[in-house]
This record gives sequence, structure tokens and C-alpha cells, in this order.
Amino acid sequence: MTLAVHCKQLTKVYDTGGQKVTALNGIDLDISTGELMMLVGPSGCGKTTLISVIAGILDQDAGLCELFGENLLTMRSKDKLNFRARNIGFVFQAFNLLPSLNAAENVSIPLIINGTKRSVAERTAKTVLEQVGLGARWQSLPSQLSGGQQQRVAIARALVHNPRLIVCDEPTSALDHKTGNTVMALLKDVAMHKDRTLVIVTHDARIFNFADRMAEMDDGHIIKIQANTAPPPPHS
Amino acid sequence: MNHIALKMLMGDTGKYIGIVMGLTFASLIMTQQPAIFVGLMSRSYSFISDVGLPDIWVMDAKVQFVDDIKPLQETELYRVRGISGVAWAMPMYKGLLKARLTDGTFQTCNVIGLDDATLIGGPPQMLEGTLEDLRRSDSVIVDIDGATDKLGKPSLLPGGKPTPLKLGDSLELNDRRAIVVGIAKVTRTFQSQPVVYTTYSRAKNYAPRERKLLSFVLVKAKPGQNPAELTRRIREATGLAAYTQAEFMELTYQYFMHNTGIPINFGISVLLGFIVGAAIAGQTFYNFTLENLRQFGVLKAMGTSNWVLLRMILLQAVLVGSIGYGLGVGLTALFGHAMRHTILAFKFPWQLLVFSGAGVSIICVFAALISIIKVIRLEPAIVFKG
Repeated sequence: MTLAVHCKQLTKVYDTGGQKVTALNGIDLDISTGELMMLVGPSGCGKTTLISVIAGILDQDAGLCELFGENLLTMRSKDKLNFRARNIGFVFQAFNLLPSLNAAENVSIPLIINGTKRSVAERTAKTVLEQVGLGARWQSLPSQLSGGQQQRVAIARALVHNPRLIVCDEPTSALDHKTGNTVMALLKDVAMHKDRTLVIVTHDARIFNFADRMAEMDDGHIIKIQANTAPPPPHS
Repeated sequence: MNHIALKMLMGDTGKYIGIVMGLTFASLIMTQQPAIFVGLMSRSYSFISDVGLPDIWVMDAKVQFVDDIKPLQETELYRVRGISGVAWAMPMYKGLLKARLTDGTFQTCNVIGLDDATLIGGPPQMLEGTLEDLRRSDSVIVDIDGATDKLGKPSLLPGGKPTPLKLGDSLELNDRRAIVVGIAKVTRTFQSQPVVYTTYSRAKNYAPRERKLLSFVLVKAKPGQNPAELTRRIREATGLAAYTQAEFMELTYQYFMHNTGIPINFGISVLLGFIVGAAIAGQTFYNFTLENLRQFGVLKAMGTSNWVLLRMILLQAVLVGSIGYGLGVGLTALFGHAMRHTILAFKFPWQLLVFSGAGVSIICVFAALISIIKVIRLEPAIVFKG
């Protein structure tokens, strides 16, 4: 297994109205390919800031963060965008599907960003929607789908361009327990393979068992990293 | 990404219609009021443009606009005729005279006296009778609007519409009988008074006794003669003012522009309309972008460049701008069409289309720019905020 994420002494300080808030305070973290890493901890501990830096959508103030050996901080803006477009898939807490686009169109967005023709992108999107069990709902607008279905569309969107890293922010917090489990199982079944890494931010203890490792954060620090030895829960 | 931009724009029908309506209103207000202004201003020189044949108008050097009559001596006509390059020169009387109607009331009329022999300077379109009928004794031709309204016979019913003058009816001009032998269509003038055409010699009889009664000398340049050059020669030879038709229209137009409150009043109205229209359309479009900020953030996080987002927003702005502009000018044109038979002044030249097009473009570009700045400054990490 090669290193997917390498963070060394990562520091991020927010300036909130003249008051400095240290969100990340000397984070050291390595995540391997093929690994599902969960970042857990209380609200405000720095989890979301950490995946934002890892995903290259937020710049750190100090320290090093390498993704597949590339230092995003030193990359030119255009190269960084291209790197992100090719290598990273996103799953959000609030799904963040474009409400006026149907499921297939939403899923096809990453491919279109990467320059794929719309017709080809939508055809591929339908295939991935089938993988997440929504092949028949490709024409549905987000408002016509349940929360669980919307999150499955979001997972399909994160997978469609075959990225090497998928970052998920609280993917189950807007879902009930059963749906959350189903979504996590799907994510693990469909998304995980030896060349792909999943980083999931969550404080939903019910899904901790899906993780390979968990990094527990508090007050901008990683206070504990532990491997998960328990089997993932059964899902319906 | 263009497809996504359009879907984002049209996805929420209510908001989409709101933006288009805002721009339609802006476009409407930017064309309707100026069209009335242009119509009103064009009436200031409509009498000149209605007189088609002459190339040059000769008048007293102190005349400031078409209704500013400073009579000339009749001898000036012969002096002008003697200038080389003049094909012909005809006299014209123009003056305000009181007409006594059958019920005894008086109405001020614009009396035009045409050369007795040639009748040059007559109305552009005859509706009833012919111009030659002016050769009959006591004959006059009245414009249709005056005949229908101000010179019409009073209704027998209180508050009723007047009965229009018809051929054979008579009225009195300065205690002299005038018989209607024709009804003409003329472009409304600024003062909207009835226009009465008669011969030059008869007009002099109608007019109060004055030593000088010649208002204008209408001149036709010989073929191949440059009218601008001829005006210069006429000015030098006679000491009078000589203008080409276009110059005289411009002189009159400029007088009304600089010496009346019309431009400032309409200017304020148009400016307010522009500001209100811009505020409504700009605000609506900006709000639309703000409401979609998270969606733009998602696209940005996924790797969409600022340039592509900028193109998407511009596409949205151009689309709603074009539709709003089309609807707005369409409504203005409909308004003008509906009002074509009323007293309302309305003129919709192509320059106004360009002006309003530029106005709507400015609004859209401005709104899009503000929105774009917001999107460019947008931190993609916003997508991780719940």
C-alpha cells in the first residue's frame, strides 16, 4: 500500500473578527491507499478543516500536506483545480445536489468538469447510478428523492470520475440510522478498492465500525489514532 | 457547463420569471418614456418634415425655430429667385389666426398659405378632396385631427363628441368666410393646433394687416447644385437665414432642447426609470447568484475554474437580458401601436433600440460582475458547512 495522504505539522488558524482561532494545531497524519479513515471528534475540533486541507479546497498556514505525493499548496491554481477535478470525489452532509438537475445530470458533473462530452458523461452517470441502486431514478430531480436516495446520488457523483480519494463530510448525519447504515455499506462496497482512499468526517458513532482506522481529534490536535478491529455492522 | 448554467437559471421557474420580468420592466421603462420624448421632440419639426419638395428654407436671420415667425418683405422672394443655382423659390405664409366656429367660439389655428400657382408646401396626404381644390374661392383644407376635434361642430348633447367638419362646411377666419374643400392628414405639431391650408394670397387676406407677411421662401436647388453651397450663397446675397431642411429641423429641435423644460423633465423620468429598472433587475439577478452560491461552491470544489464559473454567470445574464430586452421593447412597440391614433406623441427609432439594448446590457453586465466577484471570492470550503 502506498501513501495517499501525508500531513506533517499541519496548522491552520482562522481570523474571526480579530480573534485568532487555531483549527489545526500541528497535525501529523498518514493515510494509505485502500484505507477508510474516519476523522471523529466533537464539533469544532477541526475535522472539517482537516478534510478541506486534505481535499485542497483550503490552504494551510503552516506544515505539509501531500496528496499522492503532490504538495497542493505549491501547485499553480490551474494545476490544483485539475488535480482536484481528476483525483477527488466529494460527499457532503447536505448532499449539495444541484436542485434543477436530475440525478443523471448531477452525477455527470465531475465528468463534464473533466472535459467529457455531456452525452457520454450522462451515459456513464446512468451506469454508476445503477451501481448505487438508482438506475431507474436517473430522471428524478433531487426534490423527488428521499434523503437516503439523494445521498446515494451524491455517492455516485463522487465515484463517477473514478477518483483516487473520496472525502465525505458527515455523510450519514442527515439520515436515519437504518438509511445511514445502508449508505455507509454502499460506500464501502462500491467505493472502496485497493487504489482508492476514503476519508470520512463524522461524529456519528453508529458508523464507526465501517472504518479501517479512526483518528480522534480534539481542539485542533489528533489525540488518538486507532485501528478498527470490529466487523462492520450488518445492513439491510 | 453551459447546459448546467441554463438548467440552474431555469430550474426555479418563479425566480427565472422574476428576473426576466425585472429586465422586461427595465427595458420597457427605458424605451417607452424616451419614445414619447422622441415623439414629442419630433413634433417640434414635423411641419418642416411634412413639406417635402423644397431643399432650402429661407427666413429672417433672427428666426430661432419653425414657429418663431419673423415676416419678410415680399421683395426678398424675388431676390432669392435671382440667385444662381435656384431652380425655383416659392412664398409661404405661416401664422396663428383665430377661427370662429359655428357656435361662436374661437379656436386658434395654424394657417399655412401656399403659393397660388404651384401650391408647393401643401399637406403630405389628402384624405378628402384634392390640393387643387384650393383654387376655388374661399377654399381651405383642414387637417383631419383639427376637423374631428377642435374645429368640429359642438355636440348637441352636453359633454358629447363634436361633429367633425366635412367638405362644404364653413368657418370664419378673421371675419372672412372659409369653405372646407379638403381634409388632409398631417403630422401632429408640437402645439397640436388645427392646421388650415389655403393659398398665399388668401392667407394674406385672412391675416391681420401687416406691412410684411412672407414667413418663408421655399427654395429648390437646380439639379446637381449642392444645397449646402446654395444656402451659403443665399445667406451672403440676401443677409437672410437659409437652411437645408435637415438644418432647419435641427435648429428647431435644438431650440426646444435648450429653451424648454422638456428634456430635463423627460431626462429625469428616463434616468429614474433606468435606475429603478437597473435596481430591480440587478438585485434580482444578484440575489439569484447569492442563492446559488453554494451550488457554485460545489462546482468550484469539484474543480471548476473561476473562468468557467464566470462564463456560466455571463451566459445566464446574457440570456435573461436578451429575453427581458426583447419582451420590454416588444411591449413598448405594442404600446406605440395601441396609441397610434391618439394624441400621444410616440416615435420608436432604431437608435432607441440601441440605447435600451445598451442599457439592459449595462444592467446585466453590472449585476453579473457583482455576482462574479462574489463567486470568485467564494471559498470552496463553504461546501463543508452544514
